[in-house]
Amino acid sequence: MKGLKKSYKQLEVLNGVDFEVKQGSIFALLGSNGAGKTTIVKILTTLLKQDSGAATVNGFDVTSEPGRVRQSISLTGQFAAVDEILTGQENLIMIAKLRHLKNSRQVADEMLKRFGLTDAADRRVSTYSGGMRRRLDISMSLVGKPELIFLDEPTAGLDPEGRIEVWKSVKQLADSGTTVFLTTEYLDEAEQLADRIAILHDGRIIANGTLAELRNLFPPAKVEYIEKQPSLEEIFLAIIGKKEK
Amino acid sequence: METLKKHFFSDTDVMFGRSVRHITRSMDTIITVAVMPIALMLLFVYVFGGAIDTGTGNYVNYVLPGILLIAIASSTSYTAYRLFLDMQQGILERFRSMPIARSTVLWGHVLTSLVSNAISIIIIILVALIIGFRPSAGISSWLAVAVILAVWTLSLTWIAVIAGLSAKSADGVSGFSYPLIFLPFISSAFVPTASMPGPVSAFAENQPVTPIVDTMHSLLAGQPAGAEIWIALAWCLGVLVVAYIFAMLAYKRKIA
Repeated sequence: MKGLKKSYKQLEVLNGVDFEVKQGSIFALLGSNGAGKTTIVKILTTLLKQDSGAATVNGFDVTSEPGRVRQSISLTGQFAAVDEILTGQENLIMIAKLRHLKNSRQVADEMLKRFGLTDAADRRVSTYSGGMRRRLDISMSLVGKPELIFLDEPTAGLDPEGRIEVWKSVKQLADSGTTVFLTTEYLDEAEQLADRIAILHDGRIIANGTLAELRNLFPPAKVEYIEKQPSLEEIFLAIIGKKEK
Repeated sequence: METLKKHFFSDTDVMFGRSVRHITRSMDTIITVAVMPIALMLLFVYVFGGAIDTGTGNYVNYVLPGILLIAIASSTSYTAYRLFLDMQQGILERFRSMPIARSTVLWGHVLTSLVSNAISIIIIILVALIIGFRPSAGISSWLAVAVILAVWTLSLTWIAVIAGLSAKSADGVSGFSYPLIFLPFISSAFVPTASMPGPVSAFAENQPVTPIVDTMHSLLAGQPAGAEIWIALAWCLGVLVVAYIFAMLAYKRKIA
């Protein structure tokens, strides 16, 4: 197990950030727009250099051993980083080849199956829906079984169904032992998925813990009786579900 | 680093394959690149050409090298555009966060530019042959022409890489290519430089396109190219080295 610790300053975006992530867990970094979540991800994935402080990913320092870091991680950026002109299968084969896997076609087909994209394998990605694109994106990040995967706002801009599809994939990931580093601005997403949640605000981590620990930071829950109305999301999904049957 | 180097060629090959697919799935880019110079060639041969005295009998022979250089310059704007799209769509970030030699992304685009230019140049030469291009070059002269065109394509493509990496918007990305497209007009490509007024002719004599065009004139006519070929190659390689260095700097700046 290797965690990561870091503190650095950068244009006031990040003002001394420290945290650690346990292997095999889902870690959610919560923060509002512009809080610096993506900056943290970029530093950890060796795309940006920090001004000061140190970060270690899977035991390798991001500044002195970026090659080793890249070997052990995978990034799913904020925008689905897929090649629109290629087909889903070609995208996966391309990544498998870049990871120097021997049976790239087989790896690609397994991923397509696992993410329910087999039927769309030969279609150009430009014809995919937002949810399919994200699933392909995530599946591309899993090629070569990296120990740690970064998901930067994986559900931004997705419809409710797409979000649920992505959540399912993320849970599967963690079940198979991959460490997931997730950033999000949706509170329910962190609540649904994460083992540990850290809140980034004003360039610092202001809270860090499990959901239960965070709850304890607040006064004990008051018991109130509230009529339980279905949320619009529940209504939407129920109607759609009916239509499909 | 060892492993990165070991895989440099196979990674570049994957990138090349990717970007070739892009081109073959949008043949319109190759056609657009070939059509504009062909139209220019027809214009010069059938409209202006009658009034231009180049001192040689066949004006198609005279005009072709300049037309090819214009084709190369205009096609490199597509390289810049594709690179810009890669950056915008985030796929460049994915590649850069993977354990591959980072420059392979650029090399993939550069090789693709070479191949697509080779195709459009062949199309243009075929059209030229139809309208009366009659070269008397031997195999070695043709080879020399190919080398010059290839090195020039590489130089302009690396300039395109700089533009693609530093552009802020998709509209701005192709702007760099206009001066490059225009350069052959102020050279010996369409009219002999002697007919130009002093300062213009001085510029024309001392810019890269004139020695390149003159060399190609001589080579295609089956004559020895003399010192011109070395001046031409020196320009090509000089621009190539400078453009490559700046492109790599621009790329590093993106990473830091």
